[in-house]
Amino acid sequence: MQFQCDTTSRKPIYRQLIDQVRRGIARGQLQPGDRLPSVRQLSRDLVVNPNTVARAYTELEREGTLLTQQGRGVFVAEPGNDLTKKARRKQLSEKLDLLFVEAVHLGFSAGELLTMVQDRIGQFAFVTEEKDAP
Amino acid sequence: MTDVIRTFRLTKHYDTRRVVDCLNLQVQRGQVYGFLGRNGAGKSTTIKMLMGMVQPDSGEVELLGEKVSAMCPKTRERIAYIAEGHPLYNWMTIGEAVRFTRAFYSNWNHTLVEQILDHFELSRKQKLRRLSNGQRAQVSLALAVAPEPELLILDDPTLGLDTVVRRDFLESLIQIIHRKGRTILFSSHILGDVERVADRIGIMVDGVLRVDCPTDHFRESVKKLVLDFPGPAPEAVDCPGLVNSWNLGSQLELILVGYDEAQRTAVEALQPRSIEIIDLNLEEAFIEYTRGRKRSLPLFAMEESRHDQSIGDQGIA
Repeated sequence: MQFQCDTTSRKPIYRQLIDQVRRGIARGQLQPGDRLPSVRQLSRDLVVNPNTVARAYTELEREGTLLTQQGRGVFVAEPGNDLTKKARRKQLSEKLDLLFVEAVHLGFSAGELLTMVQDRIGQFAFVTEEKDAP
Repeated sequence: MTDVIRTFRLTKHYDTRRVVDCLNLQVQRGQVYGFLGRNGAGKSTTIKMLMGMVQPDSGEVELLGEKVSAMCPKTRERIAYIAEGHPLYNWMTIGEAVRFTRAFYSNWNHTLVEQILDHFELSRKQKLRRLSNGQRAQVSLALAVAPEPELLILDDPTLGLDTVVRRDFLESLIQIIHRKGRTILFSSHILGDVERVADRIGIMVDGVLRVDCPTDHFRESVKKLVLDFPGPAPEAVDCPGLVNSWNLGSQLELILVGYDEAQRTAVEALQPRSIEIIDLNLEEAFIEYTRGRKRSLPLFAMEESRHDQSIGDQGIA
């Protein structure tokens, strides 16, 4: 996966990196167990301070997206969820509402929105099936 | 104490103009410090005082724990300096400049110099006079890092370089940062570069250090608010941390530092129809901050790791 960094963006560099890793995983470009470039390597490739890369990795580790194995490197973690299905559903509903607000304001019908969702769904790596957690 | 650079109430006048005003600057070991300010804000004068090339009217500079006014050559060898415009002895060849500079240092990493010169495809036989600005920057960098200095002070090192050479220069700088314990202070006007390499920034405004904090903290602190009013917008709002405001008919635009509860209350009291909070990138934040009304500029100094002594004389907004 190719990382990028854009200093004209209003998003801080460490945020841009976090979003790229998350997007990479969601689109299936990064799989659990895949190894990410080391902090030094990515810092050199993107020409950014190593602390900025380290900050992005640390936050991704904290949320459970990445895993550091001492001496081996940084890896994409197995998807694990601490939150209950109910809590996750609530989180997603809130995001979905934001999407609906945009769609309404941009003048799309419900049907058009559904078609767009169907068209794009294939670009992302969804889990195939999930048991309901307690 | 791990401060590699420390100044105590450093002050300098040119004629009656105070170009540096009671500056207390602290840079810790391992930090990459972006030293910012508009032209004439006092950056270069400060850097020259750090290097002992300009005598302060009052105050003191300590580098690597030693007073600059009485620094022994051994300590001086651990500090590298690249002056603005990369001045070199033009009549020398690159090879001669390397040999000449080498004589001043007991420690000299010849392999590193060779690597840098090879990397940039510079021939030892070339006369310095005939080099482009970019090549001059590359030669001065090679000469500066050869003694493996612990502290590098660079005065606007990428000034006048084209985009590609500038990127090469930044890449070399990143390589230097990778070597543990290196401290770098550099001034620059290219905020995108600063955002890439600096952990921490200081902003000078009219000789005073107005901002001294982690790079991300600064950009996150400066916000633009757009207030929308049903009728004509009020002329202004009075709240702490206000840097600038513009009345645009039915809208009021504000630039605020350290957006918090108190400011939110003050802004909401104007009863706008809507409030939009806009994040700024580093360049936008810098521009808005430094062009604001001078005397109302708030100060702030924050440190993630050392709350105990960082606040010092700088004060907080």
